[in-house]
Amino acid sequence: MPLAWCLASAAGAAPPVPDTMAQRLLACTGCHGPQGRASPQGYVPRLAGKPAQYLLNQLHHFREGRRANAAMTPLLDTLSPAYLQEIAQHFAALDLPYPAPPASAVAPAEVARGLQLAQQGDPAAQVPACAACHGPALTGRLPATPGLLGLPRDYLIGQLGAWQTGLRRAASPDCMATLARRMSAADVSAVASWLAAQPVPAAAHPQAASVSPAPLACGSVPP
Amino acid sequence: MKRRLLVWGLMLLAATAGGVLGLQAGPPALAPQTDAPAPAAAAVQRGAYLAVLGHCDGCHTARGGAPMAGGRPIETPFGSVISANLTPDRATGLGDWSAAAFRRALREGVARDGRRFTPTCPYPNFTLITDADADDLYAYLRSLAPQVQPRQTGSLRWPYGTQAALAFWQWRYLQPGPYQPNSRHDAAWNRGAYLAGGLGHCAACHGARHALGAHAGPFALDGGTLPAGGWTAPALTSAQAAGVAHWPEQEVVDWFATGRTPRAAALGPMADVVRGSTQHWAAADLRALAVYLRALPQHTPVAEAMPAAEPATLELGRKLYEAHCADCHGAQGEGRAPAYPALAGHRTLGLASPANALRIVLGGAFAPATSGHARPYGMPPFGHELNDAQLAALLSYLRQAFANGAAPVSTLQVQQLR
Repeated sequence: MPLAWCLASAAGAAPPVPDTMAQRLLACTGCHGPQGRASPQGYVPRLAGKPAQYLLNQLHHFREGRRANAAMTPLLDTLSPAYLQEIAQHFAALDLPYPAPPASAVAPAEVARGLQLAQQGDPAAQVPACAACHGPALTGRLPATPGLLGLPRDYLIGQLGAWQTGLRRAASPDCMATLARRMSAADVSAVASWLAAQPVPAAAHPQAASVSPAPLACGSVPP
Repeated sequence: MKRRLLVWGLMLLAATAGGVLGLQAGPPALAPQTDAPAPAAAAVQRGAYLAVLGHCDGCHTARGGAPMAGGRPIETPFGSVISANLTPDRATGLGDWSAAAFRRALREGVARDGRRFTPTCPYPNFTLITDADADDLYAYLRSLAPQVQPRQTGSLRWPYGTQAALAFWQWRYLQPGPYQPNSRHDAAWNRGAYLAGGLGHCAACHGARHALGAHAGPFALDGGTLPAGGWTAPALTSAQAAGVAHWPEQEVVDWFATGRTPRAAALGPMADVVRGSTQHWAAADLRALAVYLRALPQHTPVAEAMPAAEPATLELGRKLYEAHCADCHGAQGEGRAPAYPALAGHRTLGLASPANALRIVLGGAFAPATSGHARPYGMPPFGHELNDAQLAALLSYLRQAFANGAAPVSTLQVQQLR
């Protein structure tokens, strides 16, 4: 009888729940894609491979009202600072390939303008090049500057727009808010379109922390 | 309904009379505190713990704001109220409040300048606080760094925020006075009653409120609806809702200390309460709370025959369950310990209102990360994936398959609650 009972319960038992962060964070990967690898096709940004300090900053921004997202804030409200840090480190440590960018149907003039903004900036408007802070390959820079490739165009436009209107904020001085407000709507569209159309280089990683001073002071990046 | 209209009419009359005649015969302003001595360290320490018991920062700290500096909008059915600055800033906080003024505010809902404030701050509960505890809380608040936070008015609709309306409300619904121990119960029960009814202000959410926003008193735990976020606070007086009379005492203690036990987790607004307050309570206070909650008289609702959902709805719900839920919660709703609770027999599914189950499916959830349960497993949100008809079918299936045939949920209900 005990043997039969054991067999019966073993046959019906589900496998044990994996004691891993990946299992714990199914709440995140439901939207951010398996392993946090959301593709650039939708709106939700990829998490895998972004600098841990950048991800942690965002988790605190959502909780403290500096970023607005109706799904993120209530999910994070009940977590502890230590657990948020572990979550950020988990996604930062995932070294996973990127899909090819979606096809882009942007006019050549807009592509040229986007390339110019990303690589040279617009000195007349005091807008530095993206590459000046986000790394020469735009794959981010340690400790807290995210890569800009492999993200949806709509997400990039949404973020620049949110900085322009004050809906997205970061630690003061808020460099991204400052430069986003110097950009026209056409420039926001151009640079987002260009960034979203770029393939991500193989073995893309955030660059080592910069030794030269950034063109704008950023409160989120420790000096 | 007639009674509600009558009461509302009386309040309207009082507000109009107050406005027209300029009647200002309210409570007196108390003298400003000018040369307050620095609070004693022991009182500050006791007061800091009392502030945790009361979860004061849940309302009085804004997102990203300085602790206790107020400025957080609180939704009510009558409009929003902005929480007050409790730091000792003279111009915008409690800097010129005496201990007596603070005590009167807790007990009677009257500010130092004599103006009545709204019962959004749950003074129908805080009135039970002893003088000694009020003074320690005051000492703690005076020890904080002053923060400038200009007072904001919120968006209360006329006449709810008027002094005349508040005078009427307080006259009609507030019974001021500190907690009176009940000699028929022991010290632990009395401590639990003092905590749940007073500082802990459980009734603020778990008490059913009538049309003018009053509940049946500081010990009303018969189940309420939260104005913000669409959650309900289930009754603590029913084993079918959130009553714990049938739980072992230790399980009640563990639930408040860690935010979960194998059969239930604190989610939504209660997860905030556990994270910000009860996980930090002293063991003796948690035990007292458990003693009190377990002794609450329990009501068994009259069993009603619930209508069955349409077979096609149940079939759609079953398919959605298998596609989205069964991996974690099990094909038979048996759950997977220790991460995923069993849904078979889960009380949240059987509540009269499907609101909480809907909120969890829509928004996902983490149980609170507490020192006793530091790395909770999360549930993903499904609000972007399921439409209203699918949500109604899934909830109907969950309620009928796993919760003893609770009433099905219509698409209209989902639209109203969403």
